[in-house]
Amino acid sequence: MSKKYDAGVKEYRDTYWTPDYVPLDTDLLACFKCTGQEGVPKEEVAAAVAAESSTGTWSTVWSELLTDLDFYKGRCYRIEDVPGDKESFYAFIAYPLDLFEEGSVTNVLTSLVGNVFGFKALRHLRLEDIRFPMAFIKTCPGPPNGICVERDRMNKYGRPLLGCTIKPKLGLSGKNYGRVVYECLRGGLDFTKDDENINSQPFQRWQNRFEFVAEAVELAQEETGEKKGHYLNCTAATPEEMYERAEFAKELGQPIIMHDYITGGFTANTGLSKWCRKNGMLLHIHRAMHAVIDRHPKHGIHFRVLAKCLRLSGGDQLHTGTVVGKLEGDRQTTLGFIDQLRESFIPEDRTRGNFFDQDWGSMPGVFAVASGGIHVWHMPALVAIFGDDSVLQFGGGTHGHPWGSAAGAAANRVALEACVKARNAGREIEKEGRDILLEAAKHSPELAIALETWKEIKFEFDTVDKLDVG
Amino acid sequence: MPFKSTVGDYQTVATLETFGFLPPMTQDEIYDQIAYIIAQGWSPLVEHVHPSRSMATYWSFWKLPFFGEKDLGVIVNELESCHRAYPDHHVRLVGYDAYTQSQGACFVVFEGR
Repeated sequence: MSKKYDAGVKEYRDTYWTPDYVPLDTDLLACFKCTGQEGVPKEEVAAAVAAESSTGTWSTVWSELLTDLDFYKGRCYRIEDVPGDKESFYAFIAYPLDLFEEGSVTNVLTSLVGNVFGFKALRHLRLEDIRFPMAFIKTCPGPPNGICVERDRMNKYGRPLLGCTIKPKLGLSGKNYGRVVYECLRGGLDFTKDDENINSQPFQRWQNRFEFVAEAVELAQEETGEKKGHYLNCTAATPEEMYERAEFAKELGQPIIMHDYITGGFTANTGLSKWCRKNGMLLHIHRAMHAVIDRHPKHGIHFRVLAKCLRLSGGDQLHTGTVVGKLEGDRQTTLGFIDQLRESFIPEDRTRGNFFDQDWGSMPGVFAVASGGIHVWHMPALVAIFGDDSVLQFGGGTHGHPWGSAAGAAANRVALEACVKARNAGREIEKEGRDILLEAAKHSPELAIALETWKEIKFEFDTVDKLDVG
Repeated sequence: MPFKSTVGDYQTVATLETFGFLPPMTQDEIYDQIAYIIAQGWSPLVEHVHPSRSMATYWSFWKLPFFGEKDLGVIVNELESCHRAYPDHHVRLVGYDAYTQSQGACFVVFEGR
């Protein structure tokens, strides 16, 4: 029997709260942390979120009856308490696959975190996690190369990769900038990186930078006998300029370029990633602006969602925070989203902040990049936390060495290799870190001086956003 | 600021990737690394190349990968045999991981001259 048109405002929960619903394997599932306005029942808030992030409009409309809305609507199928928090709760929502365009992370985010975040019945809303169904994942390009291919291209095995950002991040001429790149690479780093702020400013236009950097990379490679690279930042004002820069990097024979995926946008990122796959170029991804979105515990989008979206959109390396340095991020949460970048199946595990089983199928993995405020004393902890499939980046910890960047690079390389060797030999490197570094320094004056220089620095602020535990 | 005479001169060194910045390993240390490779379930394999071709992707296999080998002594013997047969070549030990199709470990044990 067909339905009748009944104009007016209906309660959301009549349509969108369906506690008996069993999610399908093809559904896209989302977990939101909701904080409703006072007096509004949880079910109504949760149903409103499901409605406003899918098919709903505030008033019933006649044209709904032209389609089978039950087939297309998002449904809230579960509500859970947030441990240790009386005012908020988790709402689990299932969205049918047909709500989303194939291969478009942009479309998923526009739906899920579009209008609903400004919705009046809510005080706060945070998207904690998304379970992407395999049927959607198989339509996404994913990392242009992945961990295995990157290792093969760069000839780096059995250890984390080592990098650093060129400093000062702004104001160097192209030639001076290339000099710093050369110093770092000849000293033993695998990669150097454009700072995210470096695009194409008056003091250093991109073409000029690319040329000098390419010469520095080639020279260092020739002299050290090891493969080297520099993340050439192709982030630009328009896609046309972005591709022009990428093409030039390729023309110069460079192995890797870089993009800022949040400020640049998901559409630009997915396009550039496809270009990288086609052109045999590695892609390093920076995440400027993420903390605006992910830091507040009750508002925004958790970084694990942004990390999952990046793996779908495409990138071979993604910044994840350091756990130990000057930037935010607690250990368990970070391990949780590092898994989402690198593993092929991650089971639900609330102690790591993963709300769903997530199967990535055949999608390649992404290197986790730890960068920011770290120095040689952090090395044992970094190797223990991040494991081999990571890039450890020391900026100040390289250039700040009393002998300069090359010696700073060598100090970090010695420390890294000493930690890996000790780990392989079965030592507990976090506990014995001090001994391991001091032993290694006996053979490396560069490391000995680095250990002396940074001895006193500690970062012990508490994290603002912690996992919800009772 | 006056120049500090304590500043050292860092000389570029040619290295052979992983563990290239550490001193040569002792026999015991090599045993530890082989034990690690075997404990991970990886296949040990030995490769060698003339130093003039050290940046090549493919080095020559020494025999075949030692699939399923659990005896550390066997691997050490193979490394030494390879070194004796090609004394002027670099000889490296690889821990091949069939699951990731990558090398979980890879480092030069003997440097050729």
